[in-house]
Amino acid sequence: MRRPSKRLILVFLISLAIGYAVSWGIMVGVLATEFRLFGFVNVSVIAALIAFIIVTFLDGPLNLGTFDWPQPVESEGEEPARETVWSWLVTVDHKKIGLMYIGTSLVFLLVGGLEALLIRLQLVAPDGTVVGPDVYNQLLTMHGTTMVFLVVMPLLAGMGNYVAVLMVGARDMAFPRLNALSVWLLICGGLLLNSSFLAGGAPDAGWFAYVPLSSQPYSPTSGMDFWILGLAILGTSSIATAINFVVTILRMRAPGMSLNRMPIFVWTILVQSFLILFAFPSFTVATIFLFFDRSLGTNFYVASEGGNPLLWQHLFWFFGHPEVYIMILPAMGIVSEIIPVFSRKPIFGYVAIAYSTVAIGFLGFSVWAHHMFAVGMPIFANAAFAGASMFIAVPTAIKIFNWIATMWGGSIRTSTAFHFAAGFVAMFIIGGLSGIMLATVPIDLQVTDTYFVVAHLHYVLFGGSLFGIFGGLYYWFPKMTGRLLDEFQGKFQFWLMFIGFNLTFFPMHVAGLMGMPRRIYTYAPGLGWEVANLLSTLGAFVLGLSVLIFLVNVVLSLMRGRVAQADPWDAWTLEWATSSPPPAYNFAELPPVNSRRPLWDLKHPEDPDRPMHRLPRRLREADQRVLTTRSEPAAAPETQIHLPPPSYWPITMAVGLTLTLAGLIFTPVSTVVGLVIFAVAMTGWIIEPVH
Amino acid sequence: MTVTTSAETQAPTETHDHTETLDLRKLGMWVFLSSEVIFFTSLILTFLIYKDRSTGVGQDILNIPLTGLNTFILIVSSLTMVLSLDAAMKDRQRSMKLWLLATIILGTFFLSVQGYEYFQLWTHEGLTPAGNLFGSAFYTLTGFHGTHVLIGVIMLWGLLIKALLGGFGSKNFLPIELVGLYWHFVDLVWILIFTLVYLL
Repeated sequence: MRRPSKRLILVFLISLAIGYAVSWGIMVGVLATEFRLFGFVNVSVIAALIAFIIVTFLDGPLNLGTFDWPQPVESEGEEPARETVWSWLVTVDHKKIGLMYIGTSLVFLLVGGLEALLIRLQLVAPDGTVVGPDVYNQLLTMHGTTMVFLVVMPLLAGMGNYVAVLMVGARDMAFPRLNALSVWLLICGGLLLNSSFLAGGAPDAGWFAYVPLSSQPYSPTSGMDFWILGLAILGTSSIATAINFVVTILRMRAPGMSLNRMPIFVWTILVQSFLILFAFPSFTVATIFLFFDRSLGTNFYVASEGGNPLLWQHLFWFFGHPEVYIMILPAMGIVSEIIPVFSRKPIFGYVAIAYSTVAIGFLGFSVWAHHMFAVGMPIFANAAFAGASMFIAVPTAIKIFNWIATMWGGSIRTSTAFHFAAGFVAMFIIGGLSGIMLATVPIDLQVTDTYFVVAHLHYVLFGGSLFGIFGGLYYWFPKMTGRLLDEFQGKFQFWLMFIGFNLTFFPMHVAGLMGMPRRIYTYAPGLGWEVANLLSTLGAFVLGLSVLIFLVNVVLSLMRGRVAQADPWDAWTLEWATSSPPPAYNFAELPPVNSRRPLWDLKHPEDPDRPMHRLPRRLREADQRVLTTRSEPAAAPETQIHLPPPSYWPITMAVGLTLTLAGLIFTPVSTVVGLVIFAVAMTGWIIEPVH
Repeated sequence: MTVTTSAETQAPTETHDHTETLDLRKLGMWVFLSSEVIFFTSLILTFLIYKDRSTGVGQDILNIPLTGLNTFILIVSSLTMVLSLDAAMKDRQRSMKLWLLATIILGTFFLSVQGYEYFQLWTHEGLTPAGNLFGSAFYTLTGFHGTHVLIGVIMLWGLLIKALLGGFGSKNFLPIELVGLYWHFVDLVWILIFTLVYLL
């Protein structure tokens, strides 16, 4: 990326000023915001959004060069097409969509992180007065919801979009327009959810929204309705992506790439997609019931009328537990890609890792009530779920041992990506250990709903998923942008994040064991919780700083980072067999895939990976069938590459769906308009020629 | 480096539609339907749990003959859907469009009969969503099924328009087959609902 032109900077600053004026006017003049700090944050966010919109629409007419990245640094002689706002709005290219996912998620990472910092400020000392209980409840709910649905899930979807498609050697996803719909639903859903801050209050009943707290009498603002409808949109986005991944991975792999030769990351995306397909509908049904209870006066969850509040918990956690595997499996996949490359050894126990991924997928549906040990289920039920929860540690441990065995005896290259991958292994072990403790019913009854659980979930979700994701970002940034992230800054950022992370979350184990409950907006002095909370808050700000350093690294590297060749890490999977970033059509020629490491075979023809010979006969025969039917080269070399054409129906349909649901809170007019737009978009989508 | 680009690495394309090999789009529709199975399972299970815990108005007020007729209508619409697909595969344009139109009409008829049934239950029998658990579960379950039928009808309209523009033929009929799969699924769910809600 070139340095931003003076014109761009000037236009941006003017737009920012306009943005501030407009949003300040709305916030103070119309909505009369109460909390100063909060109000400033909201104003800034809206100002930035307005500035962004103005800048991007003026980009064309004023030739500001906003979108002049990423480009292949070594183009093949032809001028790459100039990016415009419009090209991003109508793209169906999985690479652009992947970047949109990642960009959106990083913005929401800042939003969720800000919410966390406000929480930590409030809790730094007893009798905190930074925010009141109402705002605090909104902060904690939105922090959890944002991080789960708007950060971790889309980051993984984005990396899957960009990388997994390349890894299987495909030109694009199976359903490119559906892919575009997914990302626009993410953006619209995230905006709808966060617009609640301005429209009477954000959701405030916790990210798992237990009834009766989330029902109308105890959550009278429309915050929970925003939560329900926003997540309905996001759930649709995820299910669409899952369908895309399943079909792409099962049917569009390169010739010679049997399931046995897929990269582990692709395995994890495949299993995660099935988890999404079978878990999200349960959540959708749960929220439908809640929405009807709140708006129509039904009694699905009202005990006094014969309903059962526990129905919410069962339906939610039947989704909620697979959801955490949805968040961790692809991160484990990323780690499974990074560790071998930087240990210069193939992954140890590929088959065991693949099987254990599938096992975790299945078992993940059998443990949901371990989130409900304290609600009064019969002892046998508690015991069964406890046993299943402990059992699911086995496939997880298999992976941990395999990663360690991969590193063992390898020739380690300590890149930043490797730091994060190793950090993942270490932090996930700690999180897993506290998880096993929680699976033990007597311990859980003592520490449930305390900060011990908060510590556990952050160790696995931050120390696990997010570390894995950061590792992936460092690893694949050169592929996506053509530049390398600075390694020195990267390692510094890693250690800062590592220290900050442990400083924030380790003391929470102690606080939880000392009885500090979750979701309290303050606490009395003299309970012994002060030290732990102080440490956590300090750690949180160190974490925040590390995220900022990461973003600075991204911006600086985009502008003047070292140019990356096709294969900067000397890696082995197909995404490295094309330029950085890849051309629109991904691959000019695919290397032959005869093993799990096609690029190793290419670079070391004297020592190729041996074909599988220790598989059971049945699997070997299945492998052979796949290989013989899929390894014939095309009858004639292609003279023209057909790419799926861009389309404006995905964004139109996303807007239509969002308006339809938003109207259920704001005004029926919006629902009617939304339905019309949806019908038009559906028709247009069907009629549109795709070839 | 050998050139081994394969037709299969491209998005679904230039080749003719097949029904023997599993086309990408068909696999996609089946995967989507598997997710819908869980959706309707959760709704049906909740209904089954709640109908016996409900007080007040119950199953006996349901109009089985009327809904039986509705079930018949929906089943016939599945038949017309298949006939439309068959006509498309044989390039009989006029039949294809007529059978598509018939499916749309039957689907719309189903929805209006259901609307009429709702009206009767609500105003004459006093079964309301908020009145008791049976009402809540009943309207939610059948209402979401009806929504799926509505979305199906919208998709069928899209198909009809494309058919009128000459978009389908013996070489290109997969979208009809896909919407047909969806339509049959919705029909199957209705048969389940009809059995569990009305008959048992």
